[in-house]
Amino acid sequence: MSEKISTRNGFGNGLLREAEEREDFIVMDADLAKSTRGGWFRDEYPERWINVGISEQDLFATAAGIAETGRPVFANTFAIFSERGFEQVRQQIARPKRNVTVVGSHAGVITGEDGPSAQTIEDISAYRGLPNLRVISPADAVEANALVTALADDDDPAYLRLIRESVPVIHDEDEYEPTIGEGEILRDGSDVTLMAHGAMVHVVQEAAEVLAEDGIDARVVNMSTIKPLDEELVVESAEQTGAILTAEDHNIYGGLGSAVAEVLAEQRPTPMKRVGIEDEFGTSGNGLDLYEYYGFTGEDIAETAKGLLE
Amino acid sequence: MKNLPGNRAPDGDLDERIEAYRQTAQEVRRDIVEMVYAAQSGHPGGSLSAVEYLLWLYNEELNVDPENPDDPDRDRLIYSKGHACPVLYALLERYDFIDVDPNEEFRRLGGALPGHSSPKVPGVEFPSGSLGQGLSYANGQAMGADFDDAEYDVYAILGDGETQEGNIWEAAMSAGEKELDIVAIVDRNKKQNDLPVAETMEIDPLAEKFEAFRWDVWEVDGHDFGEIADAFEEINATDGPRLLIANTVKGHPIDFMEAQPNGYHAGALTDEEFDEALEELGFDPATAEVTTK
Repeated sequence: MSEKISTRNGFGNGLLREAEEREDFIVMDADLAKSTRGGWFRDEYPERWINVGISEQDLFATAAGIAETGRPVFANTFAIFSERGFEQVRQQIARPKRNVTVVGSHAGVITGEDGPSAQTIEDISAYRGLPNLRVISPADAVEANALVTALADDDDPAYLRLIRESVPVIHDEDEYEPTIGEGEILRDGSDVTLMAHGAMVHVVQEAAEVLAEDGIDARVVNMSTIKPLDEELVVESAEQTGAILTAEDHNIYGGLGSAVAEVLAEQRPTPMKRVGIEDEFGTSGNGLDLYEYYGFTGEDIAETAKGLLE
Repeated sequence: MKNLPGNRAPDGDLDERIEAYRQTAQEVRRDIVEMVYAAQSGHPGGSLSAVEYLLWLYNEELNVDPENPDDPDRDRLIYSKGHACPVLYALLERYDFIDVDPNEEFRRLGGALPGHSSPKVPGVEFPSGSLGQGLSYANGQAMGADFDDAEYDVYAILGDGETQEGNIWEAAMSAGEKELDIVAIVDRNKKQNDLPVAETMEIDPLAEKFEAFRWDVWEVDGHDFGEIADAFEEINATDGPRLLIANTVKGHPIDFMEAQPNGYHAGALTDEEFDEALEELGFDPATAEVTTK
């Protein structure tokens, strides 16, 4: 059993690691620093951490103003509450391409007990509609940690989707380097492609193992960058495996599944299935229990993949 | 003292300078009317109310340089009420930040001057068009100055109707609590898109509200350069979050604009309105060389 760490913890450690490399970037929170792990940075670098209180519109417009003065900014809140400042993200960050990372932690139904008010299932759909804004949902803590450097280093804005729950670490910390905009083949196969982001990546890895027991050879892709989507890898996967299943802790409308379907419909029509939240709000419960409830398990997804292949 | 080349205050004592600004103000108003008439679209009312305090800022306060509009040490003018951008474009053209003819570029497809002011235009700091966001943005720039130990000043220009946005009060709270060095001007022209502010959502007592958010507040006749000058003498002598309420008249001084319930917030000037507006400003419409799009 691999080690389990949440992507928010990976992000928090990434801030501390990056702070040893460069002194310019700013971290902002809106009364959720304890949860976003911005608080870890606050404790070490209080002079470069800003708390704006419970005011997400102010958070993002202020972040844009700081970024204009030449400093990268990580502006943190819960993913759901980032939507409160959506238009500030649009007008002040995406339009003028400010170097701000909108950090949305606690995304998806895996957020758990807090229930539907806290479980955004529409954030990717919303942010994917904004020109200039990259949308990234790392699969594990190693990836989230490394992304801090990648995001601070280049000037374009991004939405970084993180989760609360601890999930298996799938990358080797010593070797891994993220490439924004490129999907990652974690397991190659010829019968079907299982494509996922965030916590669902390890779930489809389990599904691939289940399928293997039945002689079905699945390719597994970590598509952590949902925008700009690695269209080349989507088409190539369709060519190589003939079927694509997407899986995500997000509404089936507007997320990775939609993005992949758009590419396939135009470039290579291919049988596919979108696994996700089927256009309903979430519910309270333990985050991992909710994955069982919604069928986000290796067994269930393997069954769905078999259905796709029939 | 201001020392960047963008400081362009004319010679003379204050009275002489103010007399020069008064004359310039009439020309700027003509430019606004021509620009909106030429585009057959735009926001003249809130542009006409903003002329005097913006002229004061560009001539007396702002360290900005048309040769280097992105100088990291420049003062920041966050024009949050960017729908009323004809006045801003008129000033930027007058002071050589832009070298295009606004009467041919404003609001045109492929033109250099978009319908709401945005940083694509040299000398424009802020992506405007959605009200309520400029004060937070200005806070961020004031924080940036603090992080860098930089000396530049940050100004935010807000509409009075704009203060109905919740984001303004988030930002006002933040600037007050963090004691940010920022100067905001609210253009208190008392009219907004639909109706007078008082018939829409009254914002008074505005001064007391900002004071409760720990701001120092000045209030002037926003068309009186002498009052503006006196206020800035005090504003410049202190720091922290400072608000100047500029009591203005939307559409000033053009009678048919002032008479509208929204102060001619937006719209296409007819030929007759264009002629009438120029005459009220003291210009001969026959000499105007403006063609509508």
